[in-house]
Amino acid sequence: MTALAEPPVMHEAPPSGTIWRLAEDRSSFAGPTDDRAGGLPDHDLLEVALGPHHPSTHGVFRMDVVLDGEEVVRLKPVFGYLHRNHEKIAEKNSYLAAIPYTDRLDYICSMTNNWAYVMTVEKLTGFQPPERAEYIRVIVGELTRLFNHACLVGFLLQDMGALGTPLMYAFREREKILDLFESLSGARMMCNYMRFGGVRCDLPDGWIEEAKQVVAEFPRFLDEFEALLTGNEILLVRSQGIGVLSKELAVNAGVTGPMLRASGVGYDLRKVDKYSIYPRFNFRIPLGQHGDVFDRYMIRLLEMRESLSILKQALDTIPAGPIVDPKAKQRGLRPKAGEAYGRIEAPKGELGFYVVSDGSPNPYRFRIRPPSLINLTVLEDMCLGHTIADVVIILGSVDIVLGEVDR
Amino acid sequence: MQTPEQIKSLIEQNVPGAQIELVPNGSPGGPASILIDSDHALAATTFLRDAEELAFDFASNATGIDWPERVIKEKNKVKKMVDGVEKEVEEITEKKTPAFLETVYHLYSMSLSTGPLVLRLRTGDRGQNNHLPSLTPVWRSCEFQEREIFDLFGIVFDGHPDLRRILMWDGFKDHPMRKDYVEPDDYEYEPTPHDDVLEKAQRHYAQEATV
Amino acid sequence: MTDEIARKELEKQGVVITSMGELYNWGRKNSIWPLQFGLACCAIEMIAASMARFDIARFGAEVFRPSPRQADLMIVAGTVTKKMAPQVVRLYNQMPEPKYVIAMGACAISGGPFKQGYNVLKGIDRFIPVDIFIPGCPPRPEALLDALMALQKKIEGDTLRGANRPRHIRPDAPSEFPIPEFGEHDLVPDKNPALFHPAAVLLEK
Repeated sequence: MTALAEPPVMHEAPPSGTIWRLAEDRSSFAGPTDDRAGGLPDHDLLEVALGPHHPSTHGVFRMDVVLDGEEVVRLKPVFGYLHRNHEKIAEKNSYLAAIPYTDRLDYICSMTNNWAYVMTVEKLTGFQPPERAEYIRVIVGELTRLFNHACLVGFLLQDMGALGTPLMYAFREREKILDLFESLSGARMMCNYMRFGGVRCDLPDGWIEEAKQVVAEFPRFLDEFEALLTGNEILLVRSQGIGVLSKELAVNAGVTGPMLRASGVGYDLRKVDKYSIYPRFNFRIPLGQHGDVFDRYMIRLLEMRESLSILKQALDTIPAGPIVDPKAKQRGLRPKAGEAYGRIEAPKGELGFYVVSDGSPNPYRFRIRPPSLINLTVLEDMCLGHTIADVVIILGSVDIVLGEVDR
Repeated sequence: MQTPEQIKSLIEQNVPGAQIELVPNGSPGGPASILIDSDHALAATTFLRDAEELAFDFASNATGIDWPERVIKEKNKVKKMVDGVEKEVEEITEKKTPAFLETVYHLYSMSLSTGPLVLRLRTGDRGQNNHLPSLTPVWRSCEFQEREIFDLFGIVFDGHPDLRRILMWDGFKDHPMRKDYVEPDDYEYEPTPHDDVLEKAQRHYAQEATV
Repeated sequence: MTDEIARKELEKQGVVITSMGELYNWGRKNSIWPLQFGLACCAIEMIAASMARFDIARFGAEVFRPSPRQADLMIVAGTVTKKMAPQVVRLYNQMPEPKYVIAMGACAISGGPFKQGYNVLKGIDRFIPVDIFIPGCPPRPEALLDALMALQKKIEGDTLRGANRPRHIRPDAPSEFPIPEFGEHDLVPDKNPALFHPAAVLLEK
């Protein structure tokens, strides 16, 4: 590989200690040069395209990697293989018609996607969901967090070489929660459950008891999971000190969710924005210290325990009452011209929707702020200097879903 | 948190020459947004990030909006002399809105737990003057989002370290999120009540018949 | 039919009679190795089908191979975008014969809910031949198992000779299909006209 020319300096380095690359050259295969890595070494390097069809990229994601031996010296993510034009389609259709599309964004957690969108439209229109609807939202949202994190840990362990077992345990638990969702909404994965100012239908008879049963049994699974995994020597060696993300970079790069908290920044929208009825519940925010893969793994396990605590409180105190705001309009909704940005703490991070209305029946601008995509901003920074086998684990610990990355 | 008006005056005090406008928001309780001229955008945003009392260290969302030229009809009641008698008459005035592309940034402060501050930048027009300064040097979270805006809206960000298409392939020529984007004709009939879908299907088969 | 009765009688005596073709199909249909290849939402249901509750291993199809060279079945699980379509066709071309394709879910069949999208391929059957279509968005794991059984039936009916013999033993039938290229506005070509024959449509004005 020919040595790259001195890169032109495009802009000054910003002040106040942000970590930043000075300039980049786009001509080579994996693109830019990088000053933090001290430029490319002048001996032969290997360029590999990991993906878009690769068993460990969690979907159709591609990483263009430059390797020096086994060590990563460049890594450029390539997106767009699942770019399904959510935003364009939503701008062509009515406000209501966008709800089922949000299911398919982060297709593991359809409930939280629904929630973020309807909350944004509620900000735009001023609808107030009644008490019971808020409780239902919190319950299904936290159930979603439970199985999202369980599946993530399963996939992460699969990437580490534990083929089958952890993922099978996680999916066994997921099926129990999906049964709850199915009896609630009629669909396993694509629930299409929330509506502006409330939810679509009330809980069926006996649902609360079934949910309590699932919640009561879940800690046993977590204990089993931890006994199986957390002390495991292979897991410790392969995750501790790997893919370290510093606090400053995490904040500047807009990293959110468990990844941010694993780096030690206590920023959880359930506490910060106090949206919905979260202030009523007693729960803690687990924080990491090192910001490595192990911390990200542990954060997920701890968050599941906190979600269980929220679920217990919510299931015990859910009131009776209406489930949708009587003033709320679903079909033919035409909000006044204006804009709103709503965000929630989705299992993967801050999921935001930005909706601009011009008074017509379809949104003028419909934007999804995807946590998965923005958390990938720091992928290269975390991978530099590690081996190619670690790249797979670091990517696994980010927790991406391609439907949301590419939209 | 400071109101947008206070933030506006803070920027004006600390970034000399910055021209800032407040853009009202019609939704209930929605905050007004701040429109900054593109020459001072980098200085103003660096100030927003580094000022201790503001500390907007987290740029959550960056996105584009396409505003093509539109004719807005306004109905005004005007008092007029009709046949010697003063009457209230509805008069329709047509107003052309300027065409431009816009980027919107939603800023939050993680250290102070405040936000959002909505920041807007506008291009000169939708054609050649489609350059804006990149805010990626200030907040790295804008890196991929600005690439996406470049890809889908065609706004060129000066100072972006790696401005390439991100979602569509490299040889792609269009900017699909613009309002005047014409989709490729790859459509078979689908029974749907949407007029534009039906129209598109009709066009598709009309073309196929001529081939 | 007398053959069938004689065969049953012999089986009772512990003598199994079969033909070459039957043995061949019996072996193939019970060890279909799918390509480990997920595109979108449906891939999650595909994974669920291979997990404990649905257990695709009961049908001999649990060996998900990451390499197309070792796979018999491509489950197109999810939306095929135009950016991804060339890769899907290339993967199909790299699979050895006999190979089969299941189009799982509405998107793989026709673009599904994303049919209005500018970057969405309106059905993978525009570029590669599809054996089984499963409707649903996403189809349940049971639907995937049903499709697998339908495919097994199809394999069972394959003959080794005659005019109806399947593609992979006809020397004149293609095993690889042209890979579309990225154009300025769309894929070039946007479909394989030799393969894709949409139904004739009369539009009411």
